[in-house]
Amino acid sequence: MSTGLFVVQVLNGLQFGVLLFLIAAGLTLVFGVMDFINLAHGVQYMLGAYLAVAFYALTGNFLIALVLALAAALVFGLLLEFVVFRHLYDRDHLEQVIATFGIIIFLNQAVKTVWGAAPLTLPIPEMFSGSIVLMPGLLYPVWRLVVIAAGLAVALLLYVLVSHTRLGMLVRAGATNARMVSALGVDIRRLFMIVFGFGTMLAAFAGAMIAPILSVEPGMGDTVLILAFVVIVIGGIGSMRGAFLAALLIGLVDTLGRSFAIDILRLVMPPSPARTVGPAIASMLIYMLMALVLYFRPAGLFPSRGR
Amino acid sequence: MKISKLFVTVAATALFGGVAQAQAQEKLKIGVIATLSGPPAVLGQQLRNGVQLAVKDLGGKLGGREVEVIVQDDELKPDVAVSKAKALIERDKVDFVIGPIFSNILQAIFKPVTDAGVILISPNAGTSNFAGKECNANFFVTSYQNDQAFGVAGKYAQDAGLKKIFLIAPNYQAGRDALAGFKSFYKGEIADEVYVPLGQLDYSAELAKIAAASPGAIYVFLPGGMGINFVKQFRQAGLADRTVFLSAFTVDESTLPAQQDAAVGFFGGANWAPNLDNPQNKKFVAGYEKEFGAVPATYAFQSYDAVLLIDGALKLTKGNVADKDALRAALKKADFTSLRGGFKFNTNNYPIQDFYLVKVGKRADGKFQTEIDKKVFTNFADPHAKECPMK
Repeated sequence: MSTGLFVVQVLNGLQFGVLLFLIAAGLTLVFGVMDFINLAHGVQYMLGAYLAVAFYALTGNFLIALVLALAAALVFGLLLEFVVFRHLYDRDHLEQVIATFGIIIFLNQAVKTVWGAAPLTLPIPEMFSGSIVLMPGLLYPVWRLVVIAAGLAVALLLYVLVSHTRLGMLVRAGATNARMVSALGVDIRRLFMIVFGFGTMLAAFAGAMIAPILSVEPGMGDTVLILAFVVIVIGGIGSMRGAFLAALLIGLVDTLGRSFAIDILRLVMPPSPARTVGPAIASMLIYMLMALVLYFRPAGLFPSRGR
Repeated sequence: MKISKLFVTVAATALFGGVAQAQAQEKLKIGVIATLSGPPAVLGQQLRNGVQLAVKDLGGKLGGREVEVIVQDDELKPDVAVSKAKALIERDKVDFVIGPIFSNILQAIFKPVTDAGVILISPNAGTSNFAGKECNANFFVTSYQNDQAFGVAGKYAQDAGLKKIFLIAPNYQAGRDALAGFKSFYKGEIADEVYVPLGQLDYSAELAKIAAASPGAIYVFLPGGMGINFVKQFRQAGLADRTVFLSAFTVDESTLPAQQDAAVGFFGGANWAPNLDNPQNKKFVAGYEKEFGAVPATYAFQSYDAVLLIDGALKLTKGNVADKDALRAALKKADFTSLRGGFKFNTNNYPIQDFYLVKVGKRADGKFQTEIDKKVFTNFADPHAKECPMK
C-alpha cells in the first residue's frame, strides 16, 4: 500500500461523498423541513437522468438538455405534489411511506414503458471530456471535477438559502411550527410547495449530472435512495450541515474500506480468509457506522436545532 | 344418479378419447417464464422475443401443429416463479416450458415443472447441479453450463500468454464461480482479486487499485448495470488503452446500447455472436432487428434455438407429445439446424458446442455488437456431465 494510492483513495472517498450529498440534499430538505418521508426521491433522481438523456437526444447540447430536464422535472414534481403529496402532509409517516413507495413502482414502470427496459447512456459534455493524470496510468475525468464542484455549489446555495434569506427563515419557521406561521399570514401550503419543487429539482439535477458516469436504467434510483437515507440518518434528519458531513464521512469510510479492508485484515489473519471476510466487512461498514451513530446519538451527528 | 352420470362421462371419454388423439390438433402450448420487470427485464425481453420470432418464422406451427405461447413474468422472485410455473402446468396445461434467465429461478421452478412430466428447456441458466448429479430426463439446456462461459477468457489468457491479470467480480455465488472458472484454465500470475458489493455504482477505488497494480489484463464479471458503470468509468480513467479487457456477461448486446464506444475492443466469451457466419444466423439477426429494433444477444438466439429444438423433435414424433419417452428421445437427437452451427446434447442434456472469444465492434450503421474474434474451445463438453447418471 503506497502513500500515493492512499491519497488517491482519500480523494476518491471525498468525491463519492460529494456525489452522495448531491443526491441526499433534496431528500433531507424535504424530509427535514416538511417532516415528509419522500421515498419517491430516488425515482425523481432517475427521472432527471432520463429527461436529460431525452433532451440531449433532441438538442445535442448538454447545457440546454440540463435546463430543460430541470424545468420538466419541476413541472412533474409540482404535478405530483398537487395530485398526491399534498394530501399526505398531515398523515403519519407510515402512510407517506406507502404512498410514495407506490409512486416508485409506478414511475419505474412508466419509465420502462416510455424509454424501454434497456439501459441508456449520456455522453460527457464535449467541453469537459478531457482528463487529468491523477497517478501514473490513472486518469481522472474532468467531468468528475465538475460534479464535485456542482455538489459543493449546491451545498453553498442551500446554506445561503436556508440560513440567510427570508424564504429560508420562513421555511425554518414553518418546519418548527407550521400552524403559528400560518396564523401570521403566511401561506404555508405554498411555502411547502416551493420547498418540494426545489427538492425535486435537486434530485433531477443530481440525476442529470451523474448520468454521464453511471448507467441510466429503470430502478437506478432505488440503490441510491438507500444510501441517501443512510446519509441523512447519520447526519441528523433535516440538518443540511449534517447531511454534507455525513455524506463525506460515508464516502470516505466506504471507499477506504473497499480499498484496504483486505490489507488490514491480513495483518491479523491468514491471506485466504482475509480475502473472503474483507469484502463482506467492507460492504457492511457504512451500515455498521449507522448503527453505531444511532446507538450513541439517536438524533444523528448534527441534529437540527429546535426539533 | 351421480354414479351413472360419472359412468357415462367415463365411457364417453374412453370412446372419444381415441378420436381426439387421432386428430391431435389441439393447439400445442408452450409456456415461457422470463424476468420481465425490474432492471434485468431487458434480458427477459430478449428471451420472449426470441421465442416469438422463432414461432413466427416457423409459420405459427411446430412439427405441423398450431402453437400457442403463454408468457409469464417471474419478477426475479423464486416464489412468484413457482406459482406462475404451476399455473402454466395445471391451468394452461402446457406441453413445454421455456425459461428462465436466472439461475436462482431455475432452481425454484425445476422440480415443479419436471416432476409434472412437462419438458423444461432453459435458454440461459445452466447451473452445475443440474448438469451433474441432479440431471433430469425432462430438462434440456440450449445455452451452456455456466462454468464454460466463465472459462473462455481464462483459456484464451492462458493460450495467449497474458501476464499479471487483475480479477474483479461481485461478492456473491456467481461472482466467486466466475473467478474460479477463469482460474481453472488460467495458470499464470494473478495481480489481485477484488470482490465488490452487488449493485456498486462508483468504481473509482477499484480503478485506482488497478492502476497501481498495472496489470497486463483484467478479467471482469459485472453483469447488467454494474458492467455499464464499470466499463464507462474504466474507459474514462484511461485504463482501456493499456490493459486488455477480458470479461463474461459484462459486454453484450443487452448492455452495449448504453456502453457504446466505451466498450469497443473489449473481449467477452460466448457460444455465438450476431456476426457468426452462417445463413440461418444471418436471417435470424436481420429478422430480429427488423421486428424489435435492437441487436439480439445470446439470450434471444438461445431462446430461438429452444423453439427450433421443439420443432425438430415434433417432426420426429409427428406432433405427438403424449408419449413422453418418444418425445424425450426425439429432443435428445437435437434434430435441428442451430443458429450457432454445430449442436448436440451431452448425456446430461447440456450442449456440446464451440466457444469463441468475442470482441465488441461498431457496425457501419452505428450500432454495436460482439463479433467473433477466435475460436477458443471446439466441441466443448462441461466437466459435470460425468456425474450425471443418465446415459
